Amino acid sequence: MACFAVPAVEAVAVTAVAFILQKRETARATQVVAGTDSPIEEHKTTLSRKLKWLRNLLFGGAFLLAFEHVWHGEVVPWFPFLTAVESGEAAAMLHEMATVGVMMAGVITLVWVGMVLVSNALEKRAAKLQPRTADENA
Amino acid sequence: MTLLITVFAAVIATTVWYVKPAASRLKVGLLVWMYWGASLMWLVDAIFEYVELKAAYFTPDPIDLLNDAFLGLSVVALALAVWVAVLLITDPNDRVKQALRRKK
Repeated sequence: MACFAVPAVEAVAVTAVAFILQKRETARATQVVAGTDSPIEEHKTTLSRKLKWLRNLLFGGAFLLAFEHVWHGEVVPWFPFLTAVESGEAAAMLHEMATVGVMMAGVITLVWVGMVLVSNALEKRAAKLQPRTADENA
Repeated sequence: MTLLITVFAAVIATTVWYVKPAASRLKVGLLVWMYWGASLMWLVDAIFEYVELKAAYFTPDPIDLLNDAFLGLSVVALALAVWVAVLLITDPNDRVKQALRRKK
């Protein structure tokens, strides 16, 4: 009915957080360049970039699911845009959003947490290998 | 069927992104995100449907199967159309710019 709306709302929130974080990271990187802070770790993926992975998953999925809802006639291009609201099934729609929609957003977020953990582990391993490789080359 | 088709599209897009070095420049990542995001969401949808229908979920009516397959292919086509549009707008290989210059 409108389950895709929940991940879409999460995507908007994540986009805002990523935008704010990116601004802070850019400001910090500028400070580093000016020599007022510790050197930047170039191999590390920034948190804002990791949040963009989540945003892409959420927006991509919500977009294709919105198309599915248009296909099934659940979303229409005229007000109130949702046929469930028009036909007085708003309660059922809200129930679906609270169950299926929240679960969709939750599963995507869980998958993203897994991706971040794997990414962190790979970065740590790369950081450990880097000094050893430098020693071997010397 | 929609879930199955989208998962296949996601796996193919991910493989292309991983194997071809030019894929990142050509924004194949956009397809990867869209297909995996939709696949995960449809997986949740499928779980809820399975809980409701039990074993009947795996024996759909042929007309429903056909409609779902048609929807799955349309979803794949829509994502590809979005990708081509983004590719032409961002124009990483300057092909559009070159074509426009040639016309002048």
